[in-house]
Amino acid sequence: MSANPSVIRKPLPVPGTLLPRERSGERWLAAVIAVLCFLATLSAIGALAADRAAHGWAGELRGEATVQVRPRVDESGPTAAARAAETLSAVQGVEEAYALDRKASERLLAPWVGEAVLPDLPLPHLVVVRLDEKHPASAPTLSRALAEAGLDASVDDHSLWRGEVERAAGIVTVLAIAAFVLIAGATAAVIAYATRAGMAAQADIIETLSLNGASDGHVAGLYQARFGKLALSAGVAGAVMAGLAMALLRLLGGEAGLTPALPVRFSDLLAIVVCPVLAAVTAILAARFTALAKLSGRG
Amino acid sequence: MPIQERRPTAPNKDIDVVRLRGLGFGYDDRPSVLRDVNLILPHGSFHFLTGPSGAGKSTLLRLMTLGERPQTGRISLFGQDVTQIPRSAIPAMRQRMGVVFQEFRLLDHLSAFDNVALPLRLNGERPRDYVQDVAEMLRWVGLGGRFEALPPSLSGGEKQRLAIARAVITRPRLILADEPTGSVDRAMGEKLMRLFVSLNKLGATILIATHDEDMAERYGAGLLRLEDGYLRQLVPSQRPPEHQPHPEGAAV
Ligand SMILES: Nc1ncnc2c1ncn2[C@@H]1O[C@H](COP(=O)(O)OP(=O)(O)O)[C@@H](O)[C@H]1O
Ligand SMILES: [Mg+2]
Repeated sequence: MSANPSVIRKPLPVPGTLLPRERSGERWLAAVIAVLCFLATLSAIGALAADRAAHGWAGELRGEATVQVRPRVDESGPTAAARAAETLSAVQGVEEAYALDRKASERLLAPWVGEAVLPDLPLPHLVVVRLDEKHPASAPTLSRALAEAGLDASVDDHSLWRGEVERAAGIVTVLAIAAFVLIAGATAAVIAYATRAGMAAQADIIETLSLNGASDGHVAGLYQARFGKLALSAGVAGAVMAGLAMALLRLLGGEAGLTPALPVRFSDLLAIVVCPVLAAVTAILAARFTALAKLSGRG
Repeated sequence: MPIQERRPTAPNKDIDVVRLRGLGFGYDDRPSVLRDVNLILPHGSFHFLTGPSGAGKSTLLRLMTLGERPQTGRISLFGQDVTQIPRSAIPAMRQRMGVVFQEFRLLDHLSAFDNVALPLRLNGERPRDYVQDVAEMLRWVGLGGRFEALPPSLSGGEKQRLAIARAVITRPRLILADEPTGSVDRAMGEKLMRLFVSLNKLGATILIATHDEDMAERYGAGLLRLEDGYLRQLVPSQRPPEHQPHPEGAAV
């Protein structure tokens, strides 16, 4: 290094960016990416919450079974139900079993059928069984115990409902993932479009860079850097907005969040970190492939 | 003068830096601009390329800078046939030549300093390695006070000098200049020509397109004329009298 102290002491000039900024176009693009990232963050948090809600409901259903007792001719309904409850309490894997008395059944039905007709209505004799959460007794076990006690009864362990809830939750999760993928695809498309538009507007500059020895990879790198940075900052803005919206809902929902509809947890706000990073990675890849394709005449 | 060697790689002096054989090219898929161009630029030669406006001088330079591909014939640069060179190999080839474009091709959003530094940056050099060299080159072409100026604020002559500074900043082995003194006054024109002569003395092979045939005589350089798609060598490139192996140049 030739030593000229007077020059070396001066701060080095910061080299100008090789691609000029295009402020108006970039503002539009940043707004679109912020909105996309807002939606992606919401759908991610929504999917997490839906999954959790489904688990919660399924768990509740799994912990319970309902038994309908059909009294024999020589036995009254309440007696048969009480006997069934007693029998079931003794079964392993059952925490508690109790007969729903007529009053309780009426209370459940009143909203649907009205007070007036209730006294004349033949009501089923139900026994509610709370199962051991860790080792629940199976429906056949309960049926066998009842049969051995000489009771005519049918057991509903809610597996039908549980399946429905799990299926519904699965659909919500798939929809959320589909939304997420679509949003990522839209982000890639927007960036690809912006890269192509930018390259068309800056064709002269690219040509000059290339004539001065820039490789295709170098030029693509300029667009990658530009759109990667833009997507990251716009993504952060969109995700923070989504996070604030969710945090607000969570606060309004009180201690339990929005349970049971949407049990959002504060830890779900981690999606805020992930979405902008994914947006930046998507933008970098989209800009790179678009630029390289266009430079080699395939775009 | 800012013309010390940057890269101490000794070029192979036996190879012809440029060889064109039977070159044909036109912008309409027919070889209508260049029909059958043959040319050899030996290492260290200095030629002027003349011809009427529209004869195809700029087009011929564009083929040599790999901006266009010939329809017939072959091009070789630095001893390597580049007629079918893959796109990915072009940048390395271009980094070995310095080109002054007729239309300058400066980057309007970059300062004069950054414009000159561009080929070095694209070569991967860092500012602290080139800052002094670029500053010296700008001072030498008379732009010492205009480091931060953007090209649109420069006069035609200043842009031309900037374009020349950028073309020679890497001390390329091959310099192609398209009307490099067309926009400057006579005194500055002479000064810029002396720069090319100095670089030639250090071993650079030089081809300058111009409509000024007198120049060739003044500089004792070879004279080529392009007309009707054919190239004729009017005067061979005789090395200028003072062009003896330069002590500095020979040392590299
Ligand atoms: N990009 C282009 N597209 C079509 N025709 C061109 C283009 N550039 C130059 N030409 C034509 O090619 C011929 C040679 O042009 P050029 O190489 O610029 O000549 P010169 O530099 O000797 O004045 C001219 O007839 C010109 O009109
Ligand atoms: Mg021309």
